[in-house]
Parts: sequence; structure tokens; C-alpha cells
Amino acid sequence: MNNPLVRRSVLAVSLALALTSCAKGTGGGAAPAPSGERFDPGASYRGAITVMGFGATDEIGATRVGLAEKSLKGAEVKLVEGDLDIQQFLSSVAAGDPPDVIYANRDQVGTFASRGAIIPLTSCVRGEGVDTSMYDKNALAQVTFGGEVYAIPEFNQVQITMANAGLLKAAGLTIGDVNGSDWDKISAAARKLVKAPGGKLRVVGFDSKLPEFLPLWAKSLGADLLSPDGRTARLNSPEVVEALTFAVSIYDAQGGFAKVKAARDSADFFGKGNQYARNELGAMPMEQWYVNVLNDVSPKAPMAFDTFRTPEGEPLAFASGSAWAIPKGAKNAGAACRFAKTMTLVESWKAAARARIDERAAEGKPFTGILTGNVRADAEIRKMITPGGEPWDSGVKAVYEANDHAFSMPANPADKEFEEAWQGAVNRVLNGQEQPRAALDRAQREAQAALDKAWAAWAKRTN
Amino acid sequence: MRSTRFIETRAALLFISPWLLGFLIFTAWPVINSAYLSLTDYDVINDPSFIGFDNYVTLFEDPKAGLALRNTFVYTVMSVPAQLVVSLGLALLLNSATKATGFFRTAFFLPKMTPPVAVGILLLMLFNGQNGLINGFLGIFGIDGPAWTTDPAWVKPGLVLMSLWTVGSSVVIILAALRGVPQELYDSALVDGAGWWRRTLRITVPMISPTLFFLFIVDSINALQSFTEAYTAFFGAGNTTYGNDAALFYAIYLFQQAFEFLHMGYASALAWLLFVVIMAITAVQILVTRRFVHYEGGKP
Repeated sequence: MNNPLVRRSVLAVSLALALTSCAKGTGGGAAPAPSGERFDPGASYRGAITVMGFGATDEIGATRVGLAEKSLKGAEVKLVEGDLDIQQFLSSVAAGDPPDVIYANRDQVGTFASRGAIIPLTSCVRGEGVDTSMYDKNALAQVTFGGEVYAIPEFNQVQITMANAGLLKAAGLTIGDVNGSDWDKISAAARKLVKAPGGKLRVVGFDSKLPEFLPLWAKSLGADLLSPDGRTARLNSPEVVEALTFAVSIYDAQGGFAKVKAARDSADFFGKGNQYARNELGAMPMEQWYVNVLNDVSPKAPMAFDTFRTPEGEPLAFASGSAWAIPKGAKNAGAACRFAKTMTLVESWKAAARARIDERAAEGKPFTGILTGNVRADAEIRKMITPGGEPWDSGVKAVYEANDHAFSMPANPADKEFEEAWQGAVNRVLNGQEQPRAALDRAQREAQAALDKAWAAWAKRTN
Repeated sequence: MRSTRFIETRAALLFISPWLLGFLIFTAWPVINSAYLSLTDYDVINDPSFIGFDNYVTLFEDPKAGLALRNTFVYTVMSVPAQLVVSLGLALLLNSATKATGFFRTAFFLPKMTPPVAVGILLLMLFNGQNGLINGFLGIFGIDGPAWTTDPAWVKPGLVLMSLWTVGSSVVIILAALRGVPQELYDSALVDGAGWWRRTLRITVPMISPTLFFLFIVDSINALQSFTEAYTAFFGAGNTTYGNDAALFYAIYLFQQAFEFLHMGYASALAWLLFVVIMAITAVQILVTRRFVHYEGGKP
């Protein structure tokens, strides 16, 4: 202890311990849900509400934000644009200075709700008279946690089969050979369509879109990755193993995932030189927004569309989307509730659709519809669609059909870890590091451990 | 005399106080607080609850933490020597150039100005297995290049090659050291008949060894904390769903635990382990390389 260095070290450690003993978290307990009185549909609001994670960058957003702002009868809407930054959001909640409303992915809602970062909207829904029956039931399920609605859903993303009709025809195939209804036909079609002269992949026959669409392939065999209550992982069921084995085999038949991914990565995905326009891709299941992209940048691409189908021939899609939630500690929860409600009303969506129709008409392009996450708005907007001729009209029809046959992943308190577990397993198989069974067994253990821990923490916090 | 010293000390403290305050508030306190958080279960929103050393126990049982540490270590072992050799080579070339040295110095330094996120995206384009520039170049010689961005065996070599993109600052530092080597040493060696290689090995390298040692330490610490390029290319903007375990560096795993899974307590424990590992590695480096470093005025 006589050594000055030792003395200083001991002093520093003691000081650190003393300081840490004083350290306190910046968070607090769960905030009580605002009472029904705070959510009055006739109330006027002053000042400004801050919206984090939403940019009114197109007419669909701008029109609705305009209407939502008007509905506040005085208050101004300030947008913090860009995708929701979780770090920024949670820090602001912990610091007691959160935005009034956030725009999040629906699969994040369970995690935020379980930690008390957002408030249940039971009072908001009741007070503002929000008719939740107008929302898509899958979308609503994704934002319902512990029996309470925690967010107002909007938009729906679903997948359909998109194919290059020219390549199909040249190979003597039809869209029915690649729409998922017959897996043997998909394998055969992939082998017929693929072109790899000198070992260099020039045409991808079929892209099964792993890792992201494993839930779709698994569901087409009747398997869910997660139990309906969000508590039990089902990642290593025989159906999921079979689905992964098949989807990977499609890549193997075309020279391996590395080559398909390299071709995918080097393509001009959003531009005129996309894989369909350049006849470099036979078919793949893809989210519906890509129909709009293709129609926009390469209207002459020889496309063919159908829903993604189960082996029984039934349409199937894996739905995801966005949602509005009110953070714990929001200073103007009443205005935030009104904002979220107005953004998702049927009339707001119709106004946004009209704005888009005008925009598209000015460019001489058709209006291909919007999947709003609101079933009544979807029905109204479907009537407003303007014909674009074939194949685009078939594409739009497939999108709406898929939307009517969608499923979703239930809300859970460990969405990111759960997703990381199954996607990590798929990636290990794609990279040749593990076989499907072993990878999914490991994913099952990881996912279940994360779910158990998160549910236990939620139970501890709420009891 | 004493009072003058006191006045000077007070003045000095006053002058450095803005930095000192910033250091205490924005560095020292968070560091100390993270030590406390490493002993808690903390999700950013709710109060941390003290759990003793549970996070450290979990850490040593976590296979992913082990994998991330191994990946980081392998990357460091590959990238640091590569960066030093390439920096030294370029600096020697620049030092012997007689024309346009300013232009080349700027040209070598410019890539350093590229944002790391852009470097990550650039990696995916340059190292694309099908249409990338690197495999295109290898193809000229009849070499079928590897799948740099998906084959676990080639992911780290790709990242190491990409890290050479930003050796510009090291080149400039080494060049400054080279300019400080006394010319008479070379003249004497020339008289004795020493060739370029012998002069470089026996005069240049020993004379700039303190600079090389400094870069060795700094590059090692940077490599052990590698994050942005690999995260962008394999876990972030470049690949939102596709990831590759071979690129899971320790800092990436730490970030995932903290800001994606919201395990801030566990992430703090991970951070402290990284701190200890870096300290240990730096200490070993200092001990092992001490005898190879030549200081003109003797040992510092």
C-alpha cells in the first residue's frame, strides 16, 4: 500500500464504487394509462405535437398529415423524419422527454409494450371513439399485447409471385409453375430458367427470397414460427425444417446461394436495369410495393403475376406493416391519439388515394391501389383503382387477393431476438455452416430462451 | 517560488477546465456508470436491478460472445500487420518520389475521408462474387475469385483488404517519420556499400520504430473495436436480413445486445470485458516489442 501507484488505484476504485452506489437508472415505473377524459373527440389542442419516425415524403403521407393536423384544431404537427431510431426513442423516454407519438414497425410494438415504453391505447380508443373493427385483424393482432391494443396499425405489406413472362414462355413454363402451389414444379422451373455460362450466373431461375420469407414457406406447409400467444417458438418443427430445406435447395440447384445473392446485390433493384427488365430473373415471391416500382421504372417489363400459393392452391401472404404508438410520458397524449386516429380513418385514406390518383394521372400512369391496414379503406380504395392494362391489372388483383389471405406473426416481447434466432439459422444454412435441422434446433433454443426471459421480465414488471 | 507554481497550476487548470469538465461528464462518468450497469439487469426504460456478477457469468457461457471475440481477434491479427506493411510500403514510395509528392500524399489520404458506412457499402460492390471489381480483376488472370461476401472463409479477408482503403493517415504519419531520419546515416551506409534493402532494414525501420510501434498499438486498438464497415455490410443498411457469423465482431455483438435486444446491463459487461482484453493485449504488445523499438534519447 506504500506504493503511490497502488494507493492511487485503490482510491480510484473506492471512488468508482462510491459513485456507482449512488447511480440510479434514468427510467421509472410503468406510467398509468391516461384516463378516458383526456381523450375527448371534441377537444381542441394547442402548441405542437412531435411525431418521431415518420416522413411525409409522398402524397399519401402528406395528405393524411395535413388532415390529422387539421383534426387537432389548433396544434401544429412536427415531424422527426427518418425511420424510428430505437436508441433515440428509448433514450428520450428514459429521459422523460419523449415525442408525443411514434411510427414504428408493427413487430416492434410487443417489445416496446412489454418494457413500458409505450402506453396501452384502451382509453384512447374508447375516448376518441376509434372503431378498431375497421383495422385488418392480422394488423390489429400484431399491435395487441397482453390483451390490450398498444398501437394503431396502418399499411399492410404482403407478398405475391412475380415472374418474367418472357423467360417463362421461352422455357415452356407458366406462372402456375412458379407460384408455390407445386414445389417439384418450382425446382424444375428453377433448373430450366437458370443460365450460368462458364459458371457465371447470368439468369437466376427462381429466388426463394431467403432469409426473410422463411415464415411464408413454412406457413404454406401449415407451420407457424411462433405460437399464437407469442410465448412458444416453433422453429424446429418438421414443417419448418422441410420448408427451409426446400427453399435452400432452390439456390443449390442454381449454383448456390452465394451466386444468387451476388447477382441480387449487383442488380439495379429500383431502377430501369432491374432483374426483370434485363431478363435476369425468372421468378420470386416479393412484397407488393415492388409492383409499383416495376410499373414505374420499367412499364414494358414482360411481367406475370399471381398470388403466392400453398400446395393446396390457396393464396397465402405474410403480412407486416407499421403502427402509431404513444410513448410513456408523452406530454400531449390526447392530441397524439387524435393524430393516430385521423391518420388511419377511411376518409383520410381516400383523400390520400385521390392525391395519388392525381399524381399518377399527371404522369400518365395508373393508380395501383394502397394496402392501408384498414379493411374498409381498402375496399373503398380498390374501387378507385385505375386500369393500367395487362400485366399490371393482374398484379393489382393478385395483391388484393393476397391481402385477403394473409397471416402475421403475433406480438411478443422479444421480437428482435426471435427474428435474429431464425434468420441467423437460415443464414448459417445458406452460408454452408450448418444443416437445416441443426441450425433450427439451435435457433429454437436461442429463441425460446429469449422469449422466456422477456415474458418473465414483463410478468415481474406488471405484477 | 511556491506561490508562482501555485498560480501557474491554477491558471493551467483553468485553461484545461473546459476539456476536463467535458471529460468528466461525457467520458469518466459514463465509464464509471457502465461498470455499475454491468452488474444490473437494465433495459434502458426501467430502473436497473442489481444482479451481481450474473452478466459476467452469462458472458462466459455465451457462445456468441466467444465467437465474436474470436472473429475480432482473427481480424486484428490479419489486418494490423497488413495495414502496417502497406502503409510503410506506400510511405517509402512517397519518400523516394521526387515530383508531385504533395499530390500523391493527398491522393493516399483522401480515402480516409470516406465515411465508414460508405466503405461498408463499397465493400459489397467491390467484392461482389459475380460482378465485383476484385473478382473481375482476378478473372483477367484466370482466377475464379471467391464469394467474398457470403463464404465464411473469405468474409474476414475481404474486410481486411477493405481496411487497407483507409491507410492514408498511417502513410502520412510514417512519411513524417521518414523525413526525420538523418541523411548522414544513409550516406555512411552508402559509403559502406549497403544497398536499398539493407539501408531500409538497418537504418530506416529502426529509426522510425517508435512511429511504427505507435501505429501498431493504435491500429490494434482500432481493429479490436471494429464496427461500422462490417456492421453496414453484413448487419445493417447493406443487408437488413442477411447476416454472416464470420463478420460478427465483438463491437457489433455489443451493439446488438445494447440497442437491438435492449440488454444494456449485459452489453455493459461485454464492454468491460473488451476493455480488459484491449488492456491486456496492449500490455503484451508493449512488453514484447519494447526491445525492437529504438529511441534516439534512450528508453522513454
